[in-house]
Amino acid sequence: MAVKVSMKVNGKPVSADVEARTLLVTFIREHLRLTGTHVGCDTAQCGACTVHMNGKAVKSCSMLAMQAEGADILTIEGLAKADGTLHPMQAAFKEHHGLQCGFCTPGMVMNAVDFAARHPNASEQEVREALDGNLCRCTGYHNIVKSIVAGSKAMAGAK
Amino acid sequence: MGAPLIGARIPRKEDYRFLTGAGQYTDDVTLPRQTYAAFVRSPHAHAKIKSVNTAKAKGAPGVLGVYTGEEIAAAKLGGLPCGWLITDVNGQPMKEPPYPVIAQGKVRHVGERVAVVVAETQEQARDAAELVQVDYEVLQAVADGRLARAKGAPQLHDIAPDNTCYVWALGDKAAVDAAFAKAAHVTKLDFVNNRLIPNAIEPRAANGSYSRADDSYTLYVSSQNPHVERLLMTAFVMGLPEHKVRVVAPDVGGGFGSKIYLYGEDVVVTWASKQLGRPVKWTADRSESYVSDAHGRDHHTIAELAMDKDGKFLAMRVKTTANVGAYLSTFASCIPTILYATLLAGQYTTPVIHAEVTAVFTNTAPVDAYRGAGRPEATYVVERLVETAAREMKMDPAEIRRKNFIRSFPYQTPVALLYDTGNYDATMDAAQKLADVAGYAARKKASEAKGKLRGLGYAAYIEACGIAPSAVAGSLGARAGLYEAGEVRVHPTGTVTVFTGSHSHGQGHETTFAQVVADRLGLPVENVDIVHGDTSKILFGMGTYGSRSIAVGGTAIVKALDKIIAKGKKIAAHLLEASESDIEYANGEFKVAGTDKKKMFGEVAFAAYVPHNYPHDKLEPGLNENAFYDPSNFTFPAGTYVCEVEVDPETGVVKIERWSAVDDFGKIINPMIVEGQVHGGLAQGIGQAMTEGAKYDSHGQLVTGSFMDYCIPRADDLPSFQVDTRETPCTHNPLGVKGCGEAGAIGAPAALINAITDALGVKDIPMPATPQTVWRALQQKKAA
Ligand code: FES
Ligand code: FES
Repeated sequence: MAVKVSMKVNGKPVSADVEARTLLVTFIREHLRLTGTHVGCDTAQCGACTVHMNGKAVKSCSMLAMQAEGADILTIEGLAKADGTLHPMQAAFKEHHGLQCGFCTPGMVMNAVDFAARHPNASEQEVREALDGNLCRCTGYHNIVKSIVAGSKAMAGAK
Repeated sequence: MGAPLIGARIPRKEDYRFLTGAGQYTDDVTLPRQTYAAFVRSPHAHAKIKSVNTAKAKGAPGVLGVYTGEEIAAAKLGGLPCGWLITDVNGQPMKEPPYPVIAQGKVRHVGERVAVVVAETQEQARDAAELVQVDYEVLQAVADGRLARAKGAPQLHDIAPDNTCYVWALGDKAAVDAAFAKAAHVTKLDFVNNRLIPNAIEPRAANGSYSRADDSYTLYVSSQNPHVERLLMTAFVMGLPEHKVRVVAPDVGGGFGSKIYLYGEDVVVTWASKQLGRPVKWTADRSESYVSDAHGRDHHTIAELAMDKDGKFLAMRVKTTANVGAYLSTFASCIPTILYATLLAGQYTTPVIHAEVTAVFTNTAPVDAYRGAGRPEATYVVERLVETAAREMKMDPAEIRRKNFIRSFPYQTPVALLYDTGNYDATMDAAQKLADVAGYAARKKASEAKGKLRGLGYAAYIEACGIAPSAVAGSLGARAGLYEAGEVRVHPTGTVTVFTGSHSHGQGHETTFAQVVADRLGLPVENVDIVHGDTSKILFGMGTYGSRSIAVGGTAIVKALDKIIAKGKKIAAHLLEASESDIEYANGEFKVAGTDKKKMFGEVAFAAYVPHNYPHDKLEPGLNENAFYDPSNFTFPAGTYVCEVEVDPETGVVKIERWSAVDDFGKIINPMIVEGQVHGGLAQGIGQAMTEGAKYDSHGQLVTGSFMDYCIPRADDLPSFQVDTRETPCTHNPLGVKGCGEAGAIGAPAALINAITDALGVKDIPMPATPQTVWRALQQKKAA
């Protein structure tokens, strides 16, 4: 059964006819060809698919595109400024070597941006706990945690 | 000139694209007229395939083709080859059962490929795959390597009686037995090195396409070594001319060994793309990865260390059963032999060592190299034995190690390796300082006051990286060369593109290699780009595994750079009207020695491509050189890890309180990247020791088949790490580098289990030491 979905993605209105069972991540990756959002599992564990829906981090593999009807979606492609300047969280990941293969990175960054907005002065331990839903196999999290602590401060400072 | 580039913490060149979602991983590549494949996999560990009925699937919406083992056999696609021939104790070749790309007549592990459906969309392919009806006659299965040779065990392959691939040995058995007879003390351990599932966060993927226009194929694949993949696929499986196949490994989301191998899916999508005249893409979901990626480790070992009364090691005896799974994966045979037994000397002068390894087939996913590959297993044997020996001898565990350290180099071990250099005291001393071992007693008291148990454990590991040289490896059974290739292309305006046969899937080669090149040429690092992962661009390559990239791939580039500079000197000599022997090259300038006459690198490059004033009688135009480098030996990184844990005896929860790692990787190009590699390796080693373990039940069902049952470490399972390095440059490559990719995974399990057993006051505990396992061990101790 095809349904029509409409939403805003990275500030632009989009709409398409999709099968009702289409996941939000499939809609983003396959229909919009925004392939920065990744799929790392089939049990809602890894967080590689994390995007923002109406400003909050969600796992786009765990909801239907239909459920995002009318929503404002932000993906990793929409995070940097239009002139290419990195968001402070992206810059912190680069500065602190918070990524290696880069596959978990978009989800990590999107989760971190949401977390930092709510916890500007989080400790390393709080950051570790906040990463409960994001798996990384490369970094051992050490530098991801450092990146998020630094990125949070930078975000708070940039306000 | 600016600050030195070697040793600089330069942020990575590759990061911008990964941070902005612009990376291109295999599944991101969607070709015009793309189709999608879904595999039908065996739900049984061992069964005869009586029939496969594809009629319903063929009629399902969007389905373009359904292929089974029959079509594959009819197409004369060969089986997947093994790249290393092990010769057994009787001088016989190992047993190499056929490993079909799609099962033929029988399935031998859960997840084995039985059929493939190709359809217009991924959903349609998956829906139709469920309509393929397979009639199985289920057979008894054996999953545990220890039971594979038992009387009456189910037999997997007709050509491998007793499920035995080989029994192989290394070392002087008579000398070892004699030394044991004289020993004052013998320490003995009997343990399992647990089976691991690699779990790169990017699942495997492959997208094959055929072009009728020039009868050629392109395969995009999540691979660590595209040239090896192409060679194996064309020459051994598909019988295709190699020059008609292009393999591209674009951005790859982690490998850890699991993406070295040629997998059946890669062959099937390539072949099917010609059948259908359209590109065919397959991307694993995580559940498929769990059952179909090559696993790692899975050894059962009985190990003994003989000592004199002062704790001086006299001999070591090791007997290992290695479970290689249902079939031989690409490098399965050399991991528990060549890359395992040869490392059993560790950092010590143990004069005689004997190892016997029995490789067995079981109804489980194939087992092959996983980060460390043989060396973590060896380190676990050595460092668990040494620590246990120290406890039994009532010696300090650091002192027993120091008593036995190798201190004169080069050192010939009794297990075939020749260590070129090392300084094990330096890393031990530094690790003890970093770990504040001096303050440990006070911290232990404080834990006890809270009703907690505290323990400290060491691991002083050695690894062998950059497996080489080819001739020696060949004499030991390798069916491939072990060199690397690189090409340096200087453009007319003096910027540089470097093509390397090494592959980066997280290691940061685009930055590290650019630093090496920019340093040698005296150019800004922005003027150098590194290209990898495409057989149509790179002359050749053996890819990335065994922490070989900088030592072997980096050296190939350096050799090409030397040729560039040598040619540049000739051109400069002509332009400056000087003798070639008077030209010096430094900081991007060719200078006549002792004068201020000079030409910039860019001017020389321009002259090479616009050769109006040029020594045409002596030189060809252009500035482009390549080199192959075949190392004369392995490199031998080493280090000491100190782990301190606190255990809650009520719950069995282990908290890592401190982790101190001091590694000797030789010269370091980018310390930031090196530290990242250590962190990642440590996390995987800690995962092995504390959270991860693949479990098959007695029917061969994988019971740890998702992130929910098989726990790769999460952020709050891990501590922050204290890492440091000491530098003993490698003696046989021009950069003095050794490699750093696997060290953490090699040293961490032993250090952590040494710490936990110390805290608990028990001799041994199985990995993974989960809270339940730890709690049980404490209850058992109480009861005893
Ligand atoms: S892909 Fe969404 S959580 Fe793994
Ligand atoms: S950087 Fe590779 S999975 Fe996180």
